Amino acid sequence: MNTSDAPPASPTWIDERRNASAARLGEPVLPSTDEEVWRYSRVAELDLDSFASAPKPAAGDLPQEVTAVLALISERAATVVVVDGHVVHSEIAATWASKGVFAGRVVDAPVSADPEQSLGVVSGDGVDVFSQLNDARSDDPVLVSIPAGVTVTAPIVVIDWIETEGIVTYPRLVVRVGADADVNVLDWHGSADVVSLAAPLIELDLARAARLRYGTVQQRGPRMWQIASQVSRVDADATLDSSQVALGAEYGRTRTDCRLVGRGATGNLRAVYFGEDSQTLDFRTFQQHAAPDTTSNLLFKGVVDDHSRSVYTGLIKVEKEGRGTNAFQTNRNIKLSEHAWAESVPNLEIETNDVHCSHASTVGPIDEDQRFYLESRGVRTDVAERLIVAGFFDEVLEEFPVPAVVPLIESAIEARLDRRSEAS
Amino acid sequence: MAELRIEGLTADVAGRQILHGIDLVVRSGEVHAVMGPNGSGKSTLSHVLMGKPGYVVTGGSVTLDGVDLLTLPTWQRAQAGLFLAMQYPVEVPGVSLDDLLTEALAGAGRDVSVVHTEVAAEAERIGLATRLLDRPVNVDLSGGEKKRNETMQLAVLRPRFAVLDELDSGLDVDALRACARRIEAATTEFDLGVLAITHYTRLLEELKPDMVHILVKGRIVESGGPEMADALETTGYAAWITEDGESPAGADWLADPFADPFA
Repeated sequence: MNTSDAPPASPTWIDERRNASAARLGEPVLPSTDEEVWRYSRVAELDLDSFASAPKPAAGDLPQEVTAVLALISERAATVVVVDGHVVHSEIAATWASKGVFAGRVVDAPVSADPEQSLGVVSGDGVDVFSQLNDARSDDPVLVSIPAGVTVTAPIVVIDWIETEGIVTYPRLVVRVGADADVNVLDWHGSADVVSLAAPLIELDLARAARLRYGTVQQRGPRMWQIASQVSRVDADATLDSSQVALGAEYGRTRTDCRLVGRGATGNLRAVYFGEDSQTLDFRTFQQHAAPDTTSNLLFKGVVDDHSRSVYTGLIKVEKEGRGTNAFQTNRNIKLSEHAWAESVPNLEIETNDVHCSHASTVGPIDEDQRFYLESRGVRTDVAERLIVAGFFDEVLEEFPVPAVVPLIESAIEARLDRRSEAS
Repeated sequence: MAELRIEGLTADVAGRQILHGIDLVVRSGEVHAVMGPNGSGKSTLSHVLMGKPGYVVTGGSVTLDGVDLLTLPTWQRAQAGLFLAMQYPVEVPGVSLDDLLTEALAGAGRDVSVVHTEVAAEAERIGLATRLLDRPVNVDLSGGEKKRNETMQLAVLRPRFAVLDELDSGLDVDALRACARRIEAATTEFDLGVLAITHYTRLLEELKPDMVHILVKGRIVESGGPEMADALETTGYAAWITEDGESPAGADWLADPFADPFA
């Protein structure tokens, strides 16, 4: 998949790369909510200087929550655990290592995985100041690399855990899938109950006819801040299936850029989110069609309870080269509380003819007729609402790339609904 | 012997009075047909009995064995033994039939371990294909499949009284016969009392009414034996409309009282 003649990886190239990124960035300036893509965000509350850089964690056992996630996935092709921004554990099953699969610290990757040409290969100079900060400051980037033609039948699991109070981390993950290769990746973001900031940058690079099913779960502690960016590049006839679950963080934001750059490329982007208390869950999506006959399908479904807020803004952009594009964008929101708030702004920008695009968005309470139907069978009101909300998420969760962790996600959703029942 | 007793029931929808005083008593094992033209308040009556939001009771009472249903939320009315087979069963995405019936039986303190086998047995009995049982409730079912599904749920839940809201609309003859026969059997199997609300007499070919009540403009204008349904078949509702002081002339639906009101 890669024909670069770059020299072998050395400990210095990554420092040089960081320095160059830092120089380009200069003194970071946080965005203003006057910018459309930051409208309704809480970036104005953020003070970067209030967070310290992350110390390298002491050696020791993995956090119990991390081992709990791993325990659910009995067979893994590879496992990488990042604590406070530093890789503390990585392993690859021998079967897959022998086929050239790599998962671990980018600085440890063999030349065959072409680590020096991995960082920034999709995100370029970054989509915003946080991805630029990530480029300059990420302590220990992770690379997952699947050689051309290899179908990895067990999932690759990357867990990013924040343990320490008051730190900022810039988790970085590059997933590179070679031509005709096929893989499922789970990217789990958790934390202890700390006030810290994480700004992950995830790059997904799919070569011709590659297939990547990428599932990511944001289940940070309730006081965390997370500002993430997921950028993908999908080449001809390749298919990206991305499923996001966002439950945690006081402020949890993900910007998703899906760039369909080769003829016949497909990007399926799904997400579920559930806000409670004073959480804000914030999603910005860009479906970019830069080649003919490309398809994107976006389905984001969210629930807001208590005083929580959600933001969804999305843009389908069909460039001049995007003849024969099929692009769909759907955002549905259920408001469980009159104090909750959901913003939904879908958009289209089309620069060519012969395209098929649609977008839809809804914000409203639980469907009264559905609830009445269940109640008419003798189901208690709160139980009926639980069934409906769980069912609302089902459409996305049943497609989650690593089904073994879905029960954990469902029980986290159940726990929220339990808290709701107790409160009422 | 249980009793569903409706006395002097009046109700508004959107600030407009639809029910003008309904009196009806249904006992276990009995089938009562409530028949009437469009706009007579048939569906309103069924919704009011089950407590659908938006239907405001302004007077009268509804009791099931002396328990005042009108003060109870919908789910408690169901737990008390009332079932509503809906005219338009609602699609509930992501909620399985198993989950629905398990929660319904659990809420009533009943054995939930039988749900799966009971559903399978009742589905077979009523001719509801097994593959449909795994779908979310009512999602992508045809009209006939939805009505079979309603009837199957009724049979599994075994209520004391069932209100059938136009069970005979939107389904084919075979499905109608299967549903009607199952409910008729339930009147002896578990002594089900039935309030069958319908525009047509065809439901009553298999589900034999003990009493027929004619509902016009929110009032029961006449009650009688099953022979009244036969009379309706030939004369339509015109006689009752004129008695009520309304001129049949100019009212479109009177041209063909048996036309499908939803065509």
